[in-house]
Amino acid sequence: MQQPNNEEAAQLQLNQVAVNVVVGQSVRPLLQNIDLTVQPGEFVTVLGANGAGKSTLFNAITSDVPLAGGTITLAGHDISAAKRERRAHLIARVFQDPKMGTAPRMTVAENLALASRRGQRLTLASRQLKAQFSAFEKLAAQTGNGLEKALNKPTEELSGGQRQALSLLMATMRRPELLLLDEHTAALDPHTSEAIMTLTQQIVAREQLTCLMITHQLEDALTYGSRLIVLQAGHIVADYSGEAKAQLTRADLLQYFG
Amino acid sequence: MISLGVSAIGQGLMYGILGVGLFLTFRILNFPDMTVEGTFPFGGAVAVSALTHGVDPLIATLLGMLAGMLAGLITGLLATKGHIPVLLAGILVMTGLFSINLRVMGRANLSLLHQPNLFNAKILKALPPYFDSVVVGLIVTVIVVALVIVFLNTQIGQGFIAAGDNPTMARSLGIDPDNQMILGLVVGNGLIGLAGALLAQNNGFADVNSGIGIIVIGLAAIIIGEVLFGELTLSQRLIAVVLGSIVYRFVLLLVLALGFAPDDLKVISAIVLAIAIMVPSFENKLHIRRVLKNGVKSDATTK
Repeated sequence: MQQPNNEEAAQLQLNQVAVNVVVGQSVRPLLQNIDLTVQPGEFVTVLGANGAGKSTLFNAITSDVPLAGGTITLAGHDISAAKRERRAHLIARVFQDPKMGTAPRMTVAENLALASRRGQRLTLASRQLKAQFSAFEKLAAQTGNGLEKALNKPTEELSGGQRQALSLLMATMRRPELLLLDEHTAALDPHTSEAIMTLTQQIVAREQLTCLMITHQLEDALTYGSRLIVLQAGHIVADYSGEAKAQLTRADLLQYFG
Repeated sequence: MISLGVSAIGQGLMYGILGVGLFLTFRILNFPDMTVEGTFPFGGAVAVSALTHGVDPLIATLLGMLAGMLAGLITGLLATKGHIPVLLAGILVMTGLFSINLRVMGRANLSLLHQPNLFNAKILKALPPYFDSVVVGLIVTVIVVALVIVFLNTQIGQGFIAAGDNPTMARSLGIDPDNQMILGLVVGNGLIGLAGALLAQNNGFADVNSGIGIIVIGLAAIIIGEVLFGELTLSQRLIAVVLGSIVYRFVLLLVLALGFAPDDLKVISAIVLAIAIMVPSFENKLHIRRVLKNGVKSDATTK
């Protein structure tokens, strides 16, 4: 496993991160001794069997589970002890379930307005929906699925693909220091899934985002991203980047799913 | 007969404030807040006790509102910091408030006698009977509904709605759903304390038992409004709550006119509410309209 040498400028750094879960009387480790250094602008796909610890890794980064040990540094901030809400200005996450990322009874425009202030202190100033409306239209138009015509619709009336595209826009419209994609196309049909992946890649490239993406699709893991890590039973067991990643095949990856 | 109708409108407006307070928790944050059964008499007890001690009526009314906010704060802290399920937290505060209300008033029922209060201001005395309650009710309701609408359209208000709509999403945007729950309980119970303070003055007394079943009255206002007016924007829905509250008063008048005794009102209230809640699901089955399914339908005023 190769470690990038320039740790000073690292965007994300996990140092000996451990997460445990308490089941009845016993303590079971979910993540152990995770060391991971991600450079600015790296797009890392995260692969692993069910229960390998992929989502737990994300939950640890977002503080949805407490750390049993180790430290997490993001963009120069030690966030190991910061609450979820305190990390929101640094981290954006898109979930597998399109319903998780948006407020269903609020309109698309209202959701976007909220996301435009991700991690900011909210005030008693007006929400300023009108002033941002044309910017939202332009933003939504890039999804190519008609979202810009649905700005006044509650998001519960959108299709799954539109909703997930909206979640992606909401996660990235205010540039995050780290974008976490948690199997964000898994709940979509193949065609829609591909469209969302294309949109993802466009946004990540344009904004030069640092990004971790969990996927169960081996093709996606091979196609997308500049680096690939594999989790097994709470450990990082493989880390491919550059030429090594480019030469990976499906068969190479299948060996990790015994 | 006309005076009964006028009185029903006045009372309906004031109970409408209760409905608006309950709307914040029941419809936006999605839980029934039991605190209100204690907050409503608390607001009345504090206001009437203050009046009997010679406090200015306006200040006494605001004290009733502050008392409600305090009760809501305690429920909120128990639910968020104490991790007590919010339904139980509300019941605990409601139960505790029964004793507090007795302490505040020194007895179970405290009459205003002839103390000055909001309803015997000079300017109101020129009005025909019962119009005082309509005028006061209308003024306060308009102020309250307008402020709530303005609030819900602020950045914080939008965060508040989002926290009720999708706590996971809210948290990932940096909005702490716990703080929003406390906010909703404080503001909601403040409005309910205000309604209690107004209605106690209007009735001429505060009663420790006046909170029994009050949540049913507030929910009835919300749900009758929804059933009658269908799909509305969020701002319109707040007005529908007030109108629903007035309609509910007329339903009660009708029930009394049919020969039922005032003692029967609680069971009839419960039945009316149960029917009002069931109507939309029957309508759904008949594919006529779907109303109750949607909690917060936001304003589409952006164009």
